[in-house]
Amino acid sequence: MADMSERHKSHGMGLHREQLAGRTQQIFFSPEEGENYLYPESFPVDLDSKAEFDAGDMEISAINHKIRELMQAGHGHILVANPLAKHSLGVGILNRLKLEFLGSLGYFGCGLIDGPNVRVHGRVGWSFAENMMAGIVVVEKNAGSTFGAAIRGGDLVCKGDVGSRTGIDQKGGTIIVGGRAGAFSGFMMQRGRMIILGDAGINLGDSMYDGTIYVGGKIESLGVDAVPGEISEFEAEWLERKLAAHGLSAAGGVRNLQKIVAGKKLWNYDNLEPTEKKIVL
Amino acid sequence: MCGIAGLIHRDGSAGIGGEMTSMLQALKHRGPDSSGFALYGVPRNGDYMLRFKVAEQEDMAHGFDIQNEVKKRKAQVDERIQSSGATIAEEEDATEYAFRYRISFSNGAADDQQQLKRFADYLEDVEGAEILSMGRALELVKDLGDASRVSDQYRLGAFEGTHAIGHTRMATESDVDIRSAHPYWAYPFSDIAVVHNGQLTNYWGFRRDMERRGHRFMSNCDSELIAVYLADRMAGGMALKDAMALSVGELDGVFTYLVATADSLGMAKDTMAAKPMVLYESDTFVGVASEEVAIRSVFRDEIDTWDPYEGEVMVWQI
Repeated sequence: MADMSERHKSHGMGLHREQLAGRTQQIFFSPEEGENYLYPESFPVDLDSKAEFDAGDMEISAINHKIRELMQAGHGHILVANPLAKHSLGVGILNRLKLEFLGSLGYFGCGLIDGPNVRVHGRVGWSFAENMMAGIVVVEKNAGSTFGAAIRGGDLVCKGDVGSRTGIDQKGGTIIVGGRAGAFSGFMMQRGRMIILGDAGINLGDSMYDGTIYVGGKIESLGVDAVPGEISEFEAEWLERKLAAHGLSAAGGVRNLQKIVAGKKLWNYDNLEPTEKKIVL
Repeated sequence: MCGIAGLIHRDGSAGIGGEMTSMLQALKHRGPDSSGFALYGVPRNGDYMLRFKVAEQEDMAHGFDIQNEVKKRKAQVDERIQSSGATIAEEEDATEYAFRYRISFSNGAADDQQQLKRFADYLEDVEGAEILSMGRALELVKDLGDASRVSDQYRLGAFEGTHAIGHTRMATESDVDIRSAHPYWAYPFSDIAVVHNGQLTNYWGFRRDMERRGHRFMSNCDSELIAVYLADRMAGGMALKDAMALSVGELDGVFTYLVATADSLGMAKDTMAAKPMVLYESDTFVGVASEEVAIRSVFRDEIDTWDPYEGEVMVWQI
């Protein structure tokens, strides 16, 4: 175990305050330390200040640097023309921003973001918005596999079809799919909500721990420990509101959506730390 | 990780050599070890295009006598072509160890699958010789390095044809050599080639079965099995699409593969959908690739693309 008495830069940023002894509920931020709620690489921007550039002949890192430069200059509405399906664009943005890609993105687009509103006017490749923390991200066309992998928060919307393993390891937030979703969507989902308005592929919600999946179309098959649930009035209202906010609706109304939750038959863990478990065993 | 790409022009010949080079170069980050092209040109009077090598690229850097050895092997191949009743109508040295011939058969072998197989076996009996392809439309080229390097080396930039598949390889389970590079010719089916991204987990069992049925394997690369598998099923009378559909159930592992024949292009994806494939289709053109960036290297304008789903098999005709 690392020597936690030594003070690193991360301690100065309010990180690593946890005491790694016994059962841990890690505390990364103290509510008394307001300044710690701002990321070091975030920028105060004016959402009414607009800037546009053509990314057609630019390298990936140059495009991301350009977005950063424009944010640093205070622009809060950035349009990127001709992204040409390049990978890893729009990643690591940690402040409020209106970002529009006037075309398609490749793999790993908009990963590790916390706060921006993003609109992609084309298609996105694999692992789009992976680990997203907050914000609203809308894809106008289709998406590849592992769409929204491990997202923690925010709204992630694809108006077209998405590939397999959508929302794998989802830990929060809402994923909305206007069309069909591929195999193993919601695999190992832990929290949050996923709304699939079209059909879902095989093994939906396989090994999900928690969270909720709603499906408007046909479900090819449910995964291990994924079971049907009942939609409550409260949920129906929430679904109606959430879909309307993105200009979407469920065919036949939200009450016709099928709700899938974890059966929790696979829950075979307890609150013991691995070392404690060894002692018990 | 490897990158695969395919294209088909439904409205006649186009510069497929340059297009495939550009697509594969856009996928270089998926594997720079070797690159391969299966290009389908315009058939010429029933003649066969023969692409073969008599040594590996790395062999040329070893030994004191390899240059002479290569010449001897090539002469033996030439002699065996002629003694089999075929004529070399056109000859091109693509590299010092790989060659391109146009050959004519005057003994009816051109239309007899068994005779063609015997002919191929006879040529491959020469030490170091491997037929990369033998087809009326197909020309298969593969070598070490990225797509631009291989394309320049073999002068593929100006190649005209109707369709093509290609591969850029990150070697994981077999050597970095031409033998283990893709595409694989579906020996002895003259115009069928395969490229693959993924791993087959029942490779050895299937390979032993195929070898018992008389098929030859030139490498230890699991991808070669797909080409042999399809050749075997088609030899049994199965249509290409049916053989591909059967492969999705019988081949175990994670894979996406492309197959091309004299007049078609097909793709198959495993039931886990664990390997990528993006597709663009219009009335005149079909482009498929591991990543959209490859298709966009040919089309800069915005296009609508999508991912085929798990277990899907698709075939397009010229």
